[in-house]
Parts: sequence; C-alpha cells; structure tokens
Amino acid sequence: MSQDTKKEKKFTMTLPPEELMACGHLACQGCGATLAMRYMLKGLGQKTALCIPACCWAVIDGPYPYSSLDVPIYHCAFETAASTATGVKAGLEMAGDPETTVVAWAGDGGTFDIGIQALSGAAERNDDIIYVCYDNEAYMNTGIQRSSATPYGAWTTTTPVKHFKNRPKKDIVAILAAHRIPYIATASVSHPEDFVRKVKKAKAIKGTRFFHVYAPCPTGWKSRPEDSVKLARMAVQNGLFPLYEIEDGEKYTLNLKLKDKKPVEDYLRLQGRFRHLSPEAIAEIQAEIDVRWARLLKHVEA
Amino acid sequence: MRPKKAKKIVFKSAEEMPIMICSVGDQTHNLTGAWRNIRPEIDLSKCIKCGICWKFCPEPSIDVVDEWPVVDYDYCKGCGICAEECPAKCIVMVEERR
Ligand code: SF4
Ligand code: SF4
Repeated sequence: MSQDTKKEKKFTMTLPPEELMACGHLACQGCGATLAMRYMLKGLGQKTALCIPACCWAVIDGPYPYSSLDVPIYHCAFETAASTATGVKAGLEMAGDPETTVVAWAGDGGTFDIGIQALSGAAERNDDIIYVCYDNEAYMNTGIQRSSATPYGAWTTTTPVKHFKNRPKKDIVAILAAHRIPYIATASVSHPEDFVRKVKKAKAIKGTRFFHVYAPCPTGWKSRPEDSVKLARMAVQNGLFPLYEIEDGEKYTLNLKLKDKKPVEDYLRLQGRFRHLSPEAIAEIQAEIDVRWARLLKHVEA
Repeated sequence: MRPKKAKKIVFKSAEEMPIMICSVGDQTHNLTGAWRNIRPEIDLSKCIKCGICWKFCPEPSIDVVDEWPVVDYDYCKGCGICAEECPAKCIVMVEERR
C-alpha cells in the first residue's frame, strides 16, 4: 500500500465509537473486566443504570463521589445485585421511565455463590433486567479466594498447590436455563463484536436476560497482562468457554463453531495458577472439556 | 469520543457532597499513566489502520486522531495488550524512563 492511499484509508472501527467508560479507573493492567464493561456499555448506550455489588468493579469505578462511568451506578450489598436491579427497574417504571435498561453487574462470587438466591428469585419472577456476570474465576478483589466458578486444578490462596481445587466449575448457564428465562448468552472479551451484537439483541427483549462473560484476570491467574485477550480467545477456541445463546431455556445457538478444538494444555501453561498440574490432571481437564462440548452439541442439534 | 480530562472536584464539607455518585466520568483526574513501567510506541508507517489496538485497550487510552491510532500517555498503564494483538506488529513496548 502506498503512503498516500494509506493516508486516505479510514480507521477501522468494528464497534460503536461511543465511549461511556472513561480513563482514570483503578483496574489492574490488562484487566478483562474493564474490557467487558466497555463493550457492554457500547452495546447498551447511555440510557442504562447499573447496580454493582461488592466485586472488582466496585473498586475499579473509583472512590465516591467520583466515577469513571458515564451512567448512574448503584453500589449495593454483595448478595443483592439482582434484587436491587429489580427494585430500580420498578422505581423507574413508577416514575414513568420504561426505557432505561437496568443492569445488574456482578462478578463470579456475587453470582455463583453469594448472589445466586437473589438471581434465582429475579429469574423466576422474570423481572425485566439484564444480569451480567463477568467471570474471573475467583474472589479477585479480596485477594484471590476460591469461588464456585474456580475451575478444576486451579491454585488460589484458599486452595494452595498441595490442595488445589478438586471440584469442577459450577455450570451457571445450565442453572439459569432451568429457570426458562427468555435470553441467556455467553460472551468473551476476545470476541467483542459478538458480545456487542448479543447485548443489542438482549436490550430489545423483555424479561430477565443473563450474560456470562469470560474476563481474564492477570493478577489472580498469575498470567502476563498482555496475554489477557489471548487467554480469553484460547478458552473459546479450545472449547473451555464456548460462545452460545439460549432462548427461552430451550433453543440453543452455537455462535462459534469449532472444527477441531485446540488442546487445553497451551492455555493452562500460560497461567501460573495451573503450573503445578501433572500431565494426568491436564488429561482429566481435557476429557472434561470434551464431555461438556459433546453435551452442548447435543443441545444445539436437538 | 472519549470523555475529556476533568479537573478533580474538591468538596469542602460533607454537606457539599452529592447524595449519589453523579457519574460524569470525573475519575479522569486520576492520571494512571504513572503506573506504567513499559510504554507502547506505534510505528505508524507500518500501521494498517485495522483498529485492533483501539478495540482491545482496556483503559481505553488509544485515541483516533485524523484516522490514526494515538496513545494517550496520561492514562496508558502499559499492559501491552495493544502490542500483543496488533496484526502488523507495529507496536513495540519500550522501557519507560522518567
Ligand atoms: S499498553 Fe495497554 S493501556 Fe497502554 S495503550 Fe496499549 S492496550 Fe492501552
Ligand atoms: S493494531 Fe496495529 S496495525 Fe492495527 S490500527 Fe493499531 S497500530 Fe495500526
């Protein structure tokens, strides 16, 4: 390409240019959760209200009364993300504002463990909220403690190398699918176009909508900060975190079909939290992924 | 496109403080560029304007100026994602000297 034609070429933007997340926030270098927030707000636009329980984002956003987001935020108690969002939505409707999208934005601890009762309640009532769980696979904000989203084999400060976590990750999407809510989607920060498309789709649906977003955490995973996006991409490509949607708890759509899944080993080797794993343990993880993948394909074909 | 730099609003007493976070993106007074120990440098002659660095910057501290990517060193934390993801390999991370 000659210099002149290059000068004229437009800068490619595959996402909406609108930026509702400002600089100056307090996330670690290479944080996946900030990318998730950035993409979600790009999809939802300014008419959005957030309810954030205790999680990394409660800190990232900045100390009161400052905030790095251009939308209103309600900081709520750890277990109440979904119920607070329900209340905010009801309040807005009473005040004559049916338009604003209310989003509960919680980490994996606040979704898989502490907030699951409120989430289940909201899903059962089919309250008109979007619930986003950004999953960094442990309680990162309080110092890397095990959560029920921590995968098999991982080191955390409460599951040290000698006693690494020996139970598989909870399948939160299946739990939500059992509630028969109108829309469930998984998304990864490595595929922002897919994420923004799903957010826009969810915005137009009424009822409880759930997002499970894969958000790498270099601090807690003991990985290099520049690898965050790469790790998320690898997790999608090796079938550990497939991208799919579920409508009305039944209609499964696979967004990214994989011809041959990459081996999980390369992904595990990039992270310090899996360094102690023996080849047998890695083979076990691979087998578990294959089983889950086969189950998902069965759902999609059904 | 990105909210511009805000001055830090200083509240003199508790009465002056707003009841709720007013969310105007006013955390921008916090110049996170000070955290950086390596800095990205873009070689624009090799850039193909694919937008990937802009898309994956978690700050977001890559601006688009006259259709070119430009790093805002006031906020860039030096994570290196842009250099890792750039398909043309035109971003290098160099040691920061202050
Ligand atoms: S090094 Fe990280 S923070 Fe700095 S411009 Fe690149 S992606 Fe953004
Ligand atoms: S990723 Fe590299 S080639 Fe693409 S716009 Fe950024 S600097 Fe240019």
